[in-house]
Amino acid sequence: MKDQTIDTLPRTEPIQSATFSNSVNAEIRRAAHTGIYDIRGGGAKRRVPHFDDLLFLGASISRYPLEGYRETCETRVTLGTRYAKTPIELDIPVTIAGMSFGALSGPAKEALGRGASAAGTSTTTGDGGMTEEERGHSSKLVYQYLPSRYGMNPRDLRRADAIEIVVGQGAKPGGGGMLLGQKISDRVAGMRNLPTGIDQRSACRHPDWTGPDDLEIKILEIREITGWKVPIYVKIGGTRPYYDTTLAIKAGADVVVLDGMQGGTAATQDVFIEHVGLPTLACIRPAVQALQDQGLHREVQLVVSGGIRTGADVAKAIALGADAVAIGTAALVALGDNDPKWEAEYQKMGTTTGAYDDWHEGRDPAGITTQDPELMARFDPIEGGRRLKNYLKVLTLEAQTIARACGHNHLHNLEPEDLCALTMEAAAMARVPLAGTDWWPGKAGF
Amino acid sequence: MQTFDLEAQDLRALNTALHAQAETLSQANWEVVNAKGSHAIAVGLDAPIEVTVKGSTGYYCAGMNSQAKVHVHGSAGPGVAENMMSGTVIVEGDASQYAGATGHGGLLVIKGNASSRCGISMKGIDIVVHGNIGHMSAFMAQSGNLVVLGDAGDALGDSLYEARLFVRGSVKSLGADCIEKEMRPEHLEILADLLERAGADAKPEEFKRYGSARKLYNFDVDNASAY
Repeated sequence: MKDQTIDTLPRTEPIQSATFSNSVNAEIRRAAHTGIYDIRGGGAKRRVPHFDDLLFLGASISRYPLEGYRETCETRVTLGTRYAKTPIELDIPVTIAGMSFGALSGPAKEALGRGASAAGTSTTTGDGGMTEEERGHSSKLVYQYLPSRYGMNPRDLRRADAIEIVVGQGAKPGGGGMLLGQKISDRVAGMRNLPTGIDQRSACRHPDWTGPDDLEIKILEIREITGWKVPIYVKIGGTRPYYDTTLAIKAGADVVVLDGMQGGTAATQDVFIEHVGLPTLACIRPAVQALQDQGLHREVQLVVSGGIRTGADVAKAIALGADAVAIGTAALVALGDNDPKWEAEYQKMGTTTGAYDDWHEGRDPAGITTQDPELMARFDPIEGGRRLKNYLKVLTLEAQTIARACGHNHLHNLEPEDLCALTMEAAAMARVPLAGTDWWPGKAGF
Repeated sequence: MQTFDLEAQDLRALNTALHAQAETLSQANWEVVNAKGSHAIAVGLDAPIEVTVKGSTGYYCAGMNSQAKVHVHGSAGPGVAENMMSGTVIVEGDASQYAGATGHGGLLVIKGNASSRCGISMKGIDIVVHGNIGHMSAFMAQSGNLVVLGDAGDALGDSLYEARLFVRGSVKSLGADCIEKEMRPEHLEILADLLERAGADAKPEEFKRYGSARKLYNFDVDNASAY
């Protein structure tokens, strides 16, 4: 032994800590260097139980399927049937979620309007008000009523097809927002009544109401201003979906929009995105239960968002009880966000295709989440609109394919019984049986 | 003058009749009686009409007003003249929370006191309060003028942007990034005009001006303790 040097002794293989992984340590070093938390866009990136953990059972002897290329499977949905004189009629149950002008460029908002209109669905404004690009190119436009009230005015309120009172969003329930100064161009600043180049804070609470009783009166005011014509949506982040849905219904909402933690944002703290709120999958059944307990399921419509990517996701959300879904991040990817053709530029910014999320910095190579004129010029709103339309069509075709395979002639006929879960967690959240069993955690009688 | 009795007809009928004036102006003077704290009275008006409300109002009276003059002969509930675009709203009594919240323009006059968060997030509106205002008033106020003849509560002008605050009495405390500022001739001119339009018996020289120190306009970790 004494002839052996320390270099020749057998050694324990280096073991990376699962707790202090390389990425965790990198974040500690970044925090130690800068003294500030990480801010980014997008939604939760961590793995959480999701629609991928569910499967459709399909038809066989006990149910018969519909012929894929011959028999009709309807996709139309009407939102706002409870009180509005003119509910929103959509050809497909996939809508575009609220994203602000400011966070997105004007041409990007135009492309969302073009694509959504061509596909027969609605798009939604965001913080910062309604732009002419968006109104002009959106056949159905939902106007968000946000705590900041940036750009809020009765003229736009009256030319909206629906109004969405935003209480929260899935990426940061309980949080406001901050559009950093580098994205505050003269036009963005003008719409928000603030100086150019300064950070623009979006409040976390509405300035003139707190609590469900106030919300009921606020909804009354908006209905009076708009003559009870258009639907009033209430958007909530996924936290306590049963109670929040119940309160939104009691306050008089026509539509409840429920956003899980995979839903994106233009910018907030990473720690907020990853550690506050519920996965989308965990939100839907409690919200549906609330609607059923009030006797208003399908009369007050439920729109679910947060991590919708495929027609399978659309079909699963609807099978769990949603009337429609909304997409945000997926729509941006369809427009060209995080496209591999910009890889060289992503690399220069220390990131890579698929991981780019510093949308708040305004340096988006794809020209979508920026106000920089040179970068914006890279984005063609007509081509972007065409791509979005195609993507929406694919989502719809995929959902129809699954619905027909389950024997349904309308997407809304999908039901929880069509599903099973691959994991215990997904079974508990979706309240559908674990695959190969007739049991899920919490099921009565077990 | 057309009188509208809220005991005989409902709110929807009132607002429908008032909104119709934006299409065809057939009656410029309206009187609303038996208000009895009803919510959303005279909201979303968009015509050069005068509406006199006899009695106190509930939430959001004259919300999103444009052009019209709404005169409340009583006190006003929360959010009076919220998000007003233009026109004039006068409250003879006191106003509850959030008076003039997010207002973009026009003049709001409160002859009594205003509760907390008066002028919260104001975006161009002018507000004159003859009495006192409560805490957190002018929170995140972006632009416009808030004039207070009495005293201001805690945290006046917290996280203020470019709005101007004029207070004649005491200020219990200033909010984050709000400081006393020099009263220059142009400010005295603005103040004199607002006091006259609000029927306020006060001299501009008696007021102090408060505004943003502009230190929190761009996020800086060194300012984190200010929040």
